[in-house]
Amino acid sequence: MDNNITDRMEKVSYRNLPSKLSLALLALVLTFSISNSAFASTTVLPTQAADTTAGEALFKANCAACHKLGKKATGPALRGVGDKYDREWLYSWIKNSTAMVKSGDAQAVAIYEEYNKSVMTSFPALTNADIDNIIAYTYTQPKTVVLPPTPPGTESSGGGVSNNIILGILSLVFLMLVVILYLVNNTLRNFAKSQGIEVEEKEARTPIWKLFIQNQFLVLVTSILLLLTAGYFGYGYLMQVGVDQGYAPVQPIHYSHRIHAGENQIDCNYCHSSARKSKHSGIPSLNVCMNCHKNIGEVAAETQLQGEQEFGVDYNAEIQKLYKAVGWDEENQAYTGVTEPVKWVRIHNLPDFAYFNHSQHVTVGGIECQKCHGPVEEMEIMSQHSPLTMGWCINCHRETNIKVEGNDYYTKIHDELAKKYGKDKLTAAEMGGLECGKCHY
Amino acid sequence: MASNKKYWKSVEELNENSSIVETLQQNEFVEPIPTEEFLGDKETLEASSTTRRDFLKYVGFTTAAASLAACEGPVIKSIPYVVAPDEIVPGVANYYATAIADGFDFANVLVKTREGRPIKIERNDLAKHGGSVNARVHASVLSMYDTQRLQGPKVGGNDVSWSEFDKAVADKMNAMTGKDIVLLTQTFASPSTSKLISEFKLKYPNVRHVIYDAISHSEALDAFQNKYGTRALADYDLSKAEVIVSVGADFIGDWQGGGYEAGYAQGRIPKNGKMSKHYQFEANMTLAGANADVRVPATPSQQMQILKALTGGTTSGLPEKMAAAVTKAKAQLRKAGSKGVILTGLPDVASQAAVLSYNESVGSIVMDAAKPKMTAMGSASEVRNVMNGVVSGSVKGLITVGVNPLYSFPNKAFAEGYKNLEMSLAFAMTGDETASQAQMVAATPHYLESWGDAQFKKGTFSLMQPTIRPLFNTRQFQDCLLKWTGNTATYVDYIKDAWSSSVFANGGSWKQALHDGVFMSTASVDTDADTTSETIETSTSNGALSAPLQGGMELTLYTKTGLGDGSQANNPWLQELPDPITRTSWDNYLTISAADAAKLGLTNENVANGALNGSYADVKVGDVTVKNVPVLIQPGQANGSVGLALGYGRKAAIQEEMQTGVNGYQLYNNFSSVQNNVTISKAAGTHEFACVQLHNTMMGRDIIRETTLEIFNTKNVHDWNPVPEVSKDHQEIPVTSPDADLWNEFDRSIGHHFNLSIDLNACTGCGACVIACHAENNVPVVGKSEMRRSRDMHWLRIDRYYSSEETFDGDLQKKENISGLGSSLSEFGEMEVASANPQVAFQPVMCQHCNHAPCETVCPVAATAHSRQGQNHMAYNRCVGTRYCANNCPYKVRRFNWFLYAENEEFDYHMNNDLGRMVLNPDVTVRSRGVMEKCSMCIQMTQKTILDAKRDGRVIKDGEFKTACSAACETGAIKFGDVNDHDSEIFDLTQDKRMYHLLEAVGTKPNVIYHTKVRNTTEA
Repeated sequence: MDNNITDRMEKVSYRNLPSKLSLALLALVLTFSISNSAFASTTVLPTQAADTTAGEALFKANCAACHKLGKKATGPALRGVGDKYDREWLYSWIKNSTAMVKSGDAQAVAIYEEYNKSVMTSFPALTNADIDNIIAYTYTQPKTVVLPPTPPGTESSGGGVSNNIILGILSLVFLMLVVILYLVNNTLRNFAKSQGIEVEEKEARTPIWKLFIQNQFLVLVTSILLLLTAGYFGYGYLMQVGVDQGYAPVQPIHYSHRIHAGENQIDCNYCHSSARKSKHSGIPSLNVCMNCHKNIGEVAAETQLQGEQEFGVDYNAEIQKLYKAVGWDEENQAYTGVTEPVKWVRIHNLPDFAYFNHSQHVTVGGIECQKCHGPVEEMEIMSQHSPLTMGWCINCHRETNIKVEGNDYYTKIHDELAKKYGKDKLTAAEMGGLECGKCHY
Repeated sequence: MASNKKYWKSVEELNENSSIVETLQQNEFVEPIPTEEFLGDKETLEASSTTRRDFLKYVGFTTAAASLAACEGPVIKSIPYVVAPDEIVPGVANYYATAIADGFDFANVLVKTREGRPIKIERNDLAKHGGSVNARVHASVLSMYDTQRLQGPKVGGNDVSWSEFDKAVADKMNAMTGKDIVLLTQTFASPSTSKLISEFKLKYPNVRHVIYDAISHSEALDAFQNKYGTRALADYDLSKAEVIVSVGADFIGDWQGGGYEAGYAQGRIPKNGKMSKHYQFEANMTLAGANADVRVPATPSQQMQILKALTGGTTSGLPEKMAAAVTKAKAQLRKAGSKGVILTGLPDVASQAAVLSYNESVGSIVMDAAKPKMTAMGSASEVRNVMNGVVSGSVKGLITVGVNPLYSFPNKAFAEGYKNLEMSLAFAMTGDETASQAQMVAATPHYLESWGDAQFKKGTFSLMQPTIRPLFNTRQFQDCLLKWTGNTATYVDYIKDAWSSSVFANGGSWKQALHDGVFMSTASVDTDADTTSETIETSTSNGALSAPLQGGMELTLYTKTGLGDGSQANNPWLQELPDPITRTSWDNYLTISAADAAKLGLTNENVANGALNGSYADVKVGDVTVKNVPVLIQPGQANGSVGLALGYGRKAAIQEEMQTGVNGYQLYNNFSSVQNNVTISKAAGTHEFACVQLHNTMMGRDIIRETTLEIFNTKNVHDWNPVPEVSKDHQEIPVTSPDADLWNEFDRSIGHHFNLSIDLNACTGCGACVIACHAENNVPVVGKSEMRRSRDMHWLRIDRYYSSEETFDGDLQKKENISGLGSSLSEFGEMEVASANPQVAFQPVMCQHCNHAPCETVCPVAATAHSRQGQNHMAYNRCVGTRYCANNCPYKVRRFNWFLYAENEEFDYHMNNDLGRMVLNPDVTVRSRGVMEKCSMCIQMTQKTILDAKRDGRVIKDGEFKTACSAACETGAIKFGDVNDHDSEIFDLTQDKRMYHLLEAVGTKPNVIYHTKVRNTTEA
C-alpha cells in the first residue's frame, strides 16, 4: 500500500537522490579531514614524549564521564590543565584526591568547594606516564571538520538540474522544428497557389470518435474496462483511508533514532523500558535522556556536520531544546527546576477499541521491535513502518509460532494443542489469537 | 372480482344536492392549500438569489467537503513525564491500601490507580474486621472526581489563601475567648485525631467537642456504655450463629454500621446438612428481611413487645400468628443456647440493653463485647443540646467537620440560629447546605487524597494514605488543627509519632502497616470512647417509642443501599443503582403496605410503556409536614407502618439531575429512626418512578430454584434440582444430553474455560457488584428518564422476586394445580401480584456466556462471537446496531447504546466532564452510540491474569482469575475460575448438587451457574 500522508499531517521529506549522493561525498570528505586533523594535532604537542593516542584512550575510559576538554561538566574543563597546576600536584591529586582534600591542601580544597563538594574518584592504578599521556591529550585542539571545496561538476544536485536543462533545450528545439515545418508548409502552399498548382485536398473521412461511438461493442468493452479500473483504484484509495503507513511528523525535538539506536547501539528497551512489562512501550521521560545527555551536551563534529548537510538539522541546538525542557543549566551543571514537558507527536496510533500489549509481544513472544517498527536504527526521524491494520495483525498471528520454550505457562496447553493439531509448532492463531475478544474489549 | 358496491365516505353523500359533495368531486381539498402563506411573502422569495438548484449544490458540496475532511487523521500528542516517578509504569496499575471513614461508611479498601489516578476501590483481603466494602464505598472513588467540590478555602464567601484563612480563624478564635464554641464532628474513630482534638481544646479551652452521627446510634451506644463502660457498639460474628433473631435490625443493610453480611452468608450455605436459622421481625422490607427464613411484618410498637417476649416477657397482646412465630423463635433460641443471638435496631435504650443482657446471659459466642466497634460515638442528647444552644444563642461558635447539620437537621429555627452565630466554620468537601451558610469554609480533601488512621474495632487499626495528590487547594482537618495548635509537623509525621508510642507499643512496623492498610495491636489506645465513662440515664434517651399510640401510622426511617446518609448524593453511580428491594432508582419514597394504600386511596400503576407511576402523599409527624412524598406500595410492609429513606432531597452543591427525592431528615425527630403518630394523606399528582423491574413475581417459573433444608438433606437431587427433560422419539431425555442438542459441541477442554458461579444462598442482594462492574467496565449512567424507559446500561442486574403466595413453593403448587382456560386466566392474573408478606429471592443476572449462544447466531455482521475460553465476545467496532441479539437473548442481558453517553451534554454525568472521566478504566473501550454491549466476564482482567503468568513463566493458581463482581462480593456468593483446572474451587462448584443453569430448558449451555437457594424451615 502506498504512503498516505493526509494534509494535516506534516511530513519531512529528506530521502531524495541528492542527499544520498551527498552522503557518499561526505564520507569521502570525512576520511580526509580526520587524517588531516590527526596530523595537525600531533604538531602542537607540548611534551613530545607523551603519547596522545594512548592518552585519548585513557581519557575516554576514565575521565570522560565527568570531564570535558573545553567545557565544564561535573568536573572542570581539562584543556590546558597541565599549565594550571604543578605536574607533581596533579599526579597525587588524580591518584587520591580525597586524601589531599583531607590534608587541607589549599588548591585541592578550592576545587572541592567550587564543585559542590563532589568527590573526584581516585585513580591509584594510573601511572605517572599514563597521567602524562592524558595531559598531553588534553592539549590537542578540537577537531575541526573542514569542508573541502566542492568540485562544480560533481555537485550532487547539479546532476538533476543539468538533466532538466538538457530536456528543456531539447523540447525547445523540438518546438522550433514544429514551427519551422509549419511555416515551410505554409510557404510551399502559398507558393503552389501563386503558381497555380492545385494541391489535392483529401476527402474528409468520418472522424475516429464517431467510428468509435458507432461500434457498440467497443464502447461496451471500454466502459467495462473503465469501470473496472475506476473500481480498482477507488477501492485502493478507500482502503488506505486511516492507514498512516509512512507517517513521519515533525517532532518538537529532532530526535534521531539512527544515531541512538543505530550508531550508538543503545538497546530499545533502555529508553522504552515499559515495553517489557506494560501495554505501552512508553515515551521515555526526560530524566532518562539526561542519564547520558548530562554529559553529552554536544555531538561529535562529524555528526554535527552530517546533520547539517544531510538532514538540515543542528543536533547541538536540538540537545539545547532538551536542556530547556528538562530545565538543565549547563553552565552551573544544575537543574533549574523550570521544566517544560515535550509534546511529542504520536506516530503509532491504534484506535481505542483495539487493545495491544507490548509486553505480550516483547517479553512473552520475544518479537524484535523491528518486526513491527521497521529498521528504526536507520531512521533519522521516526516513521510508521507498518500499516497497523487488522489484516496486518492477523497475518502475523497466523504465521508466527509461539515461543513456548522455557515458559511453564505453556507446557500443558502446548502439549495438548500439539496433540490436537498433530504438530510441534503452534501459531498464535492456533492458540486462539484470532478471537475477537483477545483484542477488542 | 368486479364489484358494483359503492362505498360511502360520509352521510353528506346521501344528500344529492349537497354543495360539499359537489365541491369535493371537483377539488381534492375543500379549502385551497395555503402555499403562499407557507412560503412567506412573494417579494422576499423573489429577492432571494438562492434557487432550489443552488441550494442542492451547496448541500452536495458541504457533504462532500465534510466527508473528505473526515478522512484526515488527527494529530495526537503524547507528553511524557519530565521526571518519571519510579513507581509509575504507564499501563500498569498500582494498588494502595487505605481506609474510608466518612462518618457513615467505615471500611478497609484497596485502591487501584492507573498513571496516578485512583480508578477503582477493591476489598482489602488482609482486613478481617474491615467493615463492609459496600456499594457506596465502591462508588466513593467517583465522589473524588465531583465537579461540585470546593477548590479552596473561603472566608465570607470569598476565595482566600490558606495563610489568610489561618489568620482569619486565629483572629476569630482569639476574639471569642471564653465563649462557647462547639466542635461538631463526625465519628472519626481515629486515635490520632482524638489526640489532636484534645490538644486543640487545651489551646482553646472554650471549645467543646461533640460527635454528631447523622444517622444516630445513640440508644445502642448508651446501652453498651451503661453495661460495658465504653461508648461503642457490640460486634457480632454471625458465621458462628445457629439461630439469628432480628427485631427491626437490618443487619445486612446499614444496621450499626453494617459489615455483617460476610459472616451471615457463611452460616447460610448448608454445610454437613446444617445452616443457620434466621427470624426477622420488622416493619419495612429490608435486605435482612428478604434473606430471612421466617419474616414477620411487625410495626415498631409490636417489635417492642416481641423483643420483650423474646427476652423473658410474654406474647400476650400480639396477633396470634405473630405470637406463634415469636414462640417458635424463642424455642429455637433456647435450643441454640450460646449459638443463638438477638439483634435489634429499635431506637430505645431499654430494648438495646435487653438484647445485650440476653446475649450475654446465654453466653452468646456470636456477640463480641470485649472488642466492640468504634464506628459510631454520637450521643443524641448531647447533639440536641448543641442544636438547642445554637437556636437559643448560648452556643456562640460552631465548627463542623464531616457533618452537614443544616441538611441533616432541617429546622428553621436552627438555620436561623446558625446564621446568627458569631463564628461558623465548616470543613467540607463541597459547598453543601452547611458550608454554603458558613462564614468560613475550609475545603477538605477526599479520603483518597488524605492521610489518616482509624480504629474501627478495638485492637484493629487502619492506616489511610493518599493515592493521588490533592486535586484542589485543599487541606485536611487534622493538618489545620496542627497548624492552629502551632505544631509544625505534618499530619503523617504526627500519626507516625502517635503510633510509635501507642499502637506499636507491643511492636510493629510502620511500613508494613502502611502496606497492609491494617494492623492488629494488643496495645490499648485511648480514644474518645474511653474518655466518656459516666452512665447514661435511660430517661435521657429517646422517649418516642413509649409515646402512646393515637391511631396514627408508625414511620421507620431507613438508609438506602445507594445513598446512605446522603453525603454522596452527587454520585451518579449511586443515584442510578436500583434499590435492591424496590428496584427503583433516582428516588426515595414512602413505602406502604397494599392494605393501607387501598385504605388511603394511594395507588401504583404501570403506564403504557410499562413504567411505574405512583400517587403522592403528605406525611405529617408532630407539627412537621412533608408534602408530596411519592408512594410506593411495598409488599411485606407491616400494616400500620410506613417507611421513608433518609439521604435524599439534597439541594446544595448537587447537580440538578441529582436533586432527587424528599428530605426524610425533616421527620427525624429526636434523631430516632422510629416515629409514631404519623398522619398520611393523599396529595394531588402522579409521580413518575424509574423502576427497572416491572414484573415482580416468578409465577411458578423455573428461574430461581428453591428448596428447604429438610428436602435438601433427605431427598434425591432429582426431586429438588432436576435437569429439565425433553422428549426425543417419545423418550424423555435430559436437555443437557448431546442428543437433545442442535449443535455440535466445541472442544473446550484445552486451555482455560471460565465459569462464573452464583450461590443464591449467599447472595444478599447488596448491590456492591453492580457498582464494581460500573467502575471496572466504564458502564455509562443514563439518567432517570432513560431508566424509566428501561434503558439502563448495567451489565449486571440483581433481579428481586416476590412470591405471590406465602412462599415460592406455594406459587409452584398453585401453578401446577391450574386446569382449564378459565382457571389459568384468573389464577395467572392473581399470580402477578405479590403477596402481602412475600418470600423474597435475589438473583444476580449478567450475560450467561452461553456456549450455544442465541445472540451469536442472529448477528448479521458476526460482531458477537464465542471464544474457546467460554467468554462470549462483543466486538463494538463491528456492531451495526441491529439489536437482533438482544431480541434473541433469553436472559435479556444485552444493553443497547441508544445515545452517546460520553461527552454529551444531554447526559451530563461524570463522562461529560474532564474531572469525571478520570475515573474511566483505560483498558476498556468507552462505547459509542448505536452499539450493543454486555458483560464481557471482565475479559480485560482474565487476559491480564494470563499475561502476567506468561510473563513470569508460571502456571496460574486457583483463585487468580477474578471478575469485578466476584472480587467485590463480600459474601463469596460470586465465584469465578477456570473449570479446566480440576483442582479449582469453581470446578467443585460446577459439580455441586445444588448447581443449575438459568433457563436450562432452552439449551443454551451457559457458562454462568447458579446454586439452588435452600431455606431453613426446620422447627425447633
